[in-house]
Amino acid sequence: MGVEICVEGLTKSFGSQVIWQDVSLTLPAGEISVMLGPSGTGKSVFLKTLVGLLRPDRGAINVAGRDITRLREHELYEVRRLFGVLFQDGALFGSMSLFDNIAFPLREHTRKPESEVRRIVLEKMDMVGLIGAEEKLPGEISGGMRKRAGLARALVLDPEIILFDEPDSGLDPVRVAYLNQLIVDLNAQTGATFLIVTHDIASARQVPDNIGLLFRRELVMFGPRKQLFASDEPVVEQFLGGRMQGPIGMAEEKDAAQVEQELAELDAGERRGPQGGKGATGAMGDTPRLLPGPGVPRSPRWEEIARREERSDRVVSGT
Amino acid sequence: MKWSPAGAATGVLSSSGSLFALALDIFRSLFRRPFQAREFIQQAWFLASVTILPTALVSIPFGAVIALQIGSLTRQLGAQSFAGAASVLAVLREASPIVTALLIAGAGGSAICADLGARKIREEIDAMEVLGINPVHRLVVPRVLASMLVAALLNGLVSVVGIAGGYFFNVVLQDGTPGAYLASFTMLAQLPDLYAAELKALVFGALAAVVAAHKGLTAQGGPKGVGDAVNQSVIITFMLLFVVNFVMTAVYFQLVPQRG
Repeated sequence: MGVEICVEGLTKSFGSQVIWQDVSLTLPAGEISVMLGPSGTGKSVFLKTLVGLLRPDRGAINVAGRDITRLREHELYEVRRLFGVLFQDGALFGSMSLFDNIAFPLREHTRKPESEVRRIVLEKMDMVGLIGAEEKLPGEISGGMRKRAGLARALVLDPEIILFDEPDSGLDPVRVAYLNQLIVDLNAQTGATFLIVTHDIASARQVPDNIGLLFRRELVMFGPRKQLFASDEPVVEQFLGGRMQGPIGMAEEKDAAQVEQELAELDAGERRGPQGGKGATGAMGDTPRLLPGPGVPRSPRWEEIARREERSDRVVSGT
Repeated sequence: MKWSPAGAATGVLSSSGSLFALALDIFRSLFRRPFQAREFIQQAWFLASVTILPTALVSIPFGAVIALQIGSLTRQLGAQSFAGAASVLAVLREASPIVTALLIAGAGGSAICADLGARKIREEIDAMEVLGINPVHRLVVPRVLASMLVAALLNGLVSVVGIAGGYFFNVVLQDGTPGAYLASFTMLAQLPDLYAAELKALVFGALAAVVAAHKGLTAQGGPKGVGDAVNQSVIITFMLLFVVNFVMTAVYFQLVPQRG
């Protein structure tokens, strides 16, 4: 089963530039959480801090009873085995074939015989739909395939926590849909804790249990999906609605007077400019949740979620 | 950020600090099992393949220049019988460590730095760390050892090719006496010269690989960052190797009694 990650008062800066400060949140064990935020708000930095690749200035990250920020190097390598990370471009080893890439963690960490390694690797490759591409080099395949291979490699040691750095960037809408379904299925099968860093509102609407939003060097909000989509916090509303009007500007912040004016316009029900970028529908409100596919065994947690979804469906159709 | 002398000074200090930290890490990881034999052999083969030909081609003119200089000098002094002795001494003591240093830094170090730098910016190094594998142990240690081995072998190659080049120029082009040239080989040079040169080569190989690994692993800012890292690594290694060569030569003269 998954492991809880508890982040307290985390602050990170590069030189004099503060990336984010005082971030506190708890990623509940076994649940899917999404971290949203405009580009350049340090979402990837947050992810790298969680696995101990970057050291924060202050704060604590508790995973399985240990504070990642205080571990010595060899202890850190031990704790990292709990994690599987999908990097933005897959981060495959360029000199190895896909098969060797995915087999790499098994060969380095376990003494499994080659036949067993082969069985596990092929199983994971089948899971992400890469059967037949075993001998290809990472340079010879598309970005989407690299991403899926990176995911297979992250899964191969059966991690308790899986982190995704923008799984949908550079993928077409169909592949994003498949990937979202895969994420939900994996969560139902493995029960691991998931954290997804993304811009894609459509995914954020359907996939997670919890959503967090980073903006202007802090965590604006973190909570259950429904709570964020029902929120009237201007930043949250603007980002989830994919609108131009609101506190977020092209260059991260707008000047205060303009924000004030735009918020007043919104209150008056006056909407201008394009909206609904990146899968945002422009409106708030609830969306049905993505459930594990047929044939995927559901844990009690997912049984519960499925029941709740069905109930809310009836309520909607009843009105 | 604006340039300031204080900022530049702390930058230099902190990057040399992290260079030493990496060197210490490498030293500690040297004794960690399992030893990455496959990576070591691959890297040694790779380094040898990029350095052998340029090394041989550089050592021929190097040996020839020494032979030319010495040949005319000895003729004027009437000491032709010393031509071979002086040529061997010069090649063995100075030319071979210097040529080895240039090639191992220029061809070997730049290749190591470019390789690790490209892996760093593609997040391969991060991915490796997240998979619970220490890149210093898995990638850097085999490269350092391979570089040391290849440097020691290159040093031998430079000595042989350099002396052969000197012989050719002295005997064939300047009408020296083959017998006298060969007979005087051990008049000035002695076996400890060769040991010292091999020791120098080992140290140069290690230094070049450590600096290249450090620059590669700290590369940032995309492909341009890798280019910058390679450039800096070659320059820093050149300067370091020449300084170290001087110090080691000075120490050698203090420790080993000279002939002649």
